[in-house]
Amino acid sequence: MSHEKTRAAAFPVDRNDAELIRGAHPPHWRNPDPTGPYNLVVIGAGPAGLTAAREAASLGAKVALIERSLIGGVCINVGCIPSKAVIRTARLYADMRDAGNFGGDTPKHVRVDFQRAMTRMRQIRQRISRADSAESLASGGIDLYFGEARFSGPDSILAAGQTLHFRKALVATGAHARLPTIPGLTEAGYLSNETMFDLAECPRRLLVIGGGQLGCEMAQAFCLFGANVILAQRDPMFLPGEERDAAQILSDALAREGVEVRLNTEVVAVRTVGGKKLADLVRDEETTTISVDEIVTGIGRSPNVDGLDLENAGVVYDANGVKVDDYLRTTNPRIYAAGDVCLEHKFTHTAEATARIVVRNALFFGRGKLSELVVPWCTYTDPEIAHVGLYPTEARQNGVPVKTYTVLMHDVARALTDGEEEGFVKIHVREGSDRILGATVVAAHAGEMINAVSLAIRSGMGLHALADVIHPFPMQAQGIKMAADAYRRTRLTSFWKQLAGRWLAWSRR
Amino acid sequence: MLKVDPTSLSDDDLLDRYQQSAFDYFLENVNPDNGLVADTSRPNSPASIAVVGFALSCYPIGVERGWMAREAAAKLTLAALRFFWTSTQGNGDDVTGHKGFYYHFLDMRTGRRVWRCELSMVDTALLMAGVLVAGAYFSSDGEDEREIRELAEALYRRVDWRWAQGRTPTLRQGWKPKSGFLHYGWEGYNEATILYVLSMASPDSPSSDDSYVGWTATYQWENIYGYDVLYGGPLFMHQFSHAWIDFAGIRDAFMREKNSDYFENSRRSTYLHRDYARRNPYGYGGYDENLWGLSAGDGPGGFRASIERRPHRFSGYAARGAPFGPDDGTIAPWSCLASLPFAPDICLAALRHLGDRYADVIDNFRLPSGFNPTLANRRKFGRHGWVSEGYYGLDQGIVVMMIENHRSRLIWGLMRSNQHIRRGLGKAGFAGGWLSQPASPAPGGRDVA
Repeated sequence: MSHEKTRAAAFPVDRNDAELIRGAHPPHWRNPDPTGPYNLVVIGAGPAGLTAAREAASLGAKVALIERSLIGGVCINVGCIPSKAVIRTARLYADMRDAGNFGGDTPKHVRVDFQRAMTRMRQIRQRISRADSAESLASGGIDLYFGEARFSGPDSILAAGQTLHFRKALVATGAHARLPTIPGLTEAGYLSNETMFDLAECPRRLLVIGGGQLGCEMAQAFCLFGANVILAQRDPMFLPGEERDAAQILSDALAREGVEVRLNTEVVAVRTVGGKKLADLVRDEETTTISVDEIVTGIGRSPNVDGLDLENAGVVYDANGVKVDDYLRTTNPRIYAAGDVCLEHKFTHTAEATARIVVRNALFFGRGKLSELVVPWCTYTDPEIAHVGLYPTEARQNGVPVKTYTVLMHDVARALTDGEEEGFVKIHVREGSDRILGATVVAAHAGEMINAVSLAIRSGMGLHALADVIHPFPMQAQGIKMAADAYRRTRLTSFWKQLAGRWLAWSRR
Repeated sequence: MLKVDPTSLSDDDLLDRYQQSAFDYFLENVNPDNGLVADTSRPNSPASIAVVGFALSCYPIGVERGWMAREAAAKLTLAALRFFWTSTQGNGDDVTGHKGFYYHFLDMRTGRRVWRCELSMVDTALLMAGVLVAGAYFSSDGEDEREIRELAEALYRRVDWRWAQGRTPTLRQGWKPKSGFLHYGWEGYNEATILYVLSMASPDSPSSDDSYVGWTATYQWENIYGYDVLYGGPLFMHQFSHAWIDFAGIRDAFMREKNSDYFENSRRSTYLHRDYARRNPYGYGGYDENLWGLSAGDGPGGFRASIERRPHRFSGYAARGAPFGPDDGTIAPWSCLASLPFAPDICLAALRHLGDRYADVIDNFRLPSGFNPTLANRRKFGRHGWVSEGYYGLDQGIVVMMIENHRSRLIWGLMRSNQHIRRGLGKAGFAGGWLSQPASPAPGGRDVA
């Protein structure tokens, strides 16, 4: 995407970015000279590639890591890290405006300094990227190559003009933003996660296309920065696949903060007139045209499989990515894949978890399985929406009877003291047992709270036992325990109540 | 304002007043030439096919209660059935229906589609439920009543329910001439049970046998506030299908698994709404154990406002629900009466509280679609806040029917004996309770199928 059509500056924007580049892709880096075959060659230095390379190297493997752009991948450079930094500042402005609700005084004029927010984001991004700088990887015993990588055979890769032979290889090339096919969008210019963090000023009017995780997070953040945001979503609710009630609460929160929510709405055409971008929105056969300064999109993520010459290595892939079995092995038994390039759930933490499985399976005869992972995820809106395990619909479709124990956050004392009572905890168990199938938490800190349930599922702990876990009081995570307490109460059948009543009556005599 | 002091009335007298006042809506807002009934009492309101379904169900109640003559009821009923039978069907823009379904809103005079609205599956089902009530109730050998029975059967049989599934197991929500089926279907429990029962029972073009199971697969059984419930946010979801079908004691596979039934579920959901209002998490004005009930209905309009330093967003017509929202402080006062058969004690207490505390929002025992006490003396609103102007036919219809079911079970009795309803329930997997007993002629009606 060219920068001329948007108000995004060219990367690097400031000295923080320049410093980031010095660590993540040093301009005068000299690639090593390969000597003999590698135990593991990793393509892509994002979360999956970095985890695999570091873990393998720490165990004594001879490891090569190839990166064509910046170390850190999407997560650090244009994904999780910058978005969370921006969201934090956006929340600050929300809190300033909401000060009265917390017993404080709302400043008379809340002036948003967008540039300062973005500078803070770049500082933080640069600071975090230091941990995985080129120097630190090299000093960790990893042969780091910058340049394009392509397979030249079933056991060899051409990296920046040099041939690397491997016993095992890992494809960890990640994914990129997928554009909706809207006539005129490319010509008019748009922002995706790859360009929006280079914005120099906050757009006055912003159209966000797509109500997925990124769309909802950014719509809310830019709204809190003062932009007039229109969020257009084709489906009848946001976060497709997420629980209806969670999407409902998010939809209400966005609307309350001023986001113009357009559900069941499709953007069918975009054009530029007089420096403004005009977008045609269709809902139930009705077309409306809106005028905006910028358009943010990226309705999903497509795997980075082009240019790797995977065919030369006999690695099968399609539009959904590299095909892997449950052990993360591709159709070439020497080559594995991990992270966004092969996974349905494209998250940093799943990328890292699958990379660890690959190191064990590829180098040490491990039998770790993708299907055994317990993967939580979180949408970092306010409130956050976190999920782990099965949804009730998935369980029911597999013939598993489900019961959900729900606690509203407005019944959690700490949520009230914090003024964060929006949301709920829902823990799904197999009906008639305490086996936890999954959970959804909608709360200000849902991402932190879901970990207790992930741990319980991973360790085979039932909801009954979870009720015995003592939480410091008051904490918002008390909501998890309250759901477990609700389970216990329903297990107290009338028979046991009668029995207990008789015993206590007898003991009073 | 109430013209009679409600505290002086017994419960039954009080209910009688509210019921008759709601019933009068239909006589005041019907076009006698074609039987169409206005969606609302506001000027230039189009007809709603669902409201016609409620009207057709309410006329027998009016006859039994002595509020209208049987001949007059038959005449209005016949006008509506004749209109729907002879109105233009087709896949064009300027028609009344397609494939036996009807557009949601119709011009009161011409009966043609208005507002470029959708061909509505669930609203057609509510219309057909009313059509079947008419066919069951008007059982005499007179010419008018015989024609009512014939037309009722013909209209129901003409609906192409199989077509309305598209290529999915579940029924689509709607269809439009240019864009085809709306791209979203039904997810989670709601008011559509009657739609599935009627669609599966069709002798000529039923929905597929897996359609109901496909829908119930999206159900979520939850323990909320200590109640085990099949969740549906707005109260109308727990009321509309129940206006025609007595779900007490009959169970489908889902309720057998949960050892409950849908009547009990509506009872618990009613209590859940009351408990939500007791908690009143957003601090809305008036909410307490006797002022509760969020449902689909009119609202103060789309604007944001800070009330006592808390930011709120208010909406116009919307489906409001508890406890997951949306909730903007707008109470649907009719919704407590519509839950009367499930939880009479708390519903009557709520009704009396409404009369005591908010008499100004009630016009001669008729309840508005909504009112919002949080907005009291704010913006341009008065001391009770925003109050919906005029009346909505859906609200009045459900009030008439549910009070009647509470008082005499008239509609439930009529539908219990209807073979289409029984067959549809059976195909959806319902069994036990009254379904295990043979159909018996209902009061005032006869079996038409």
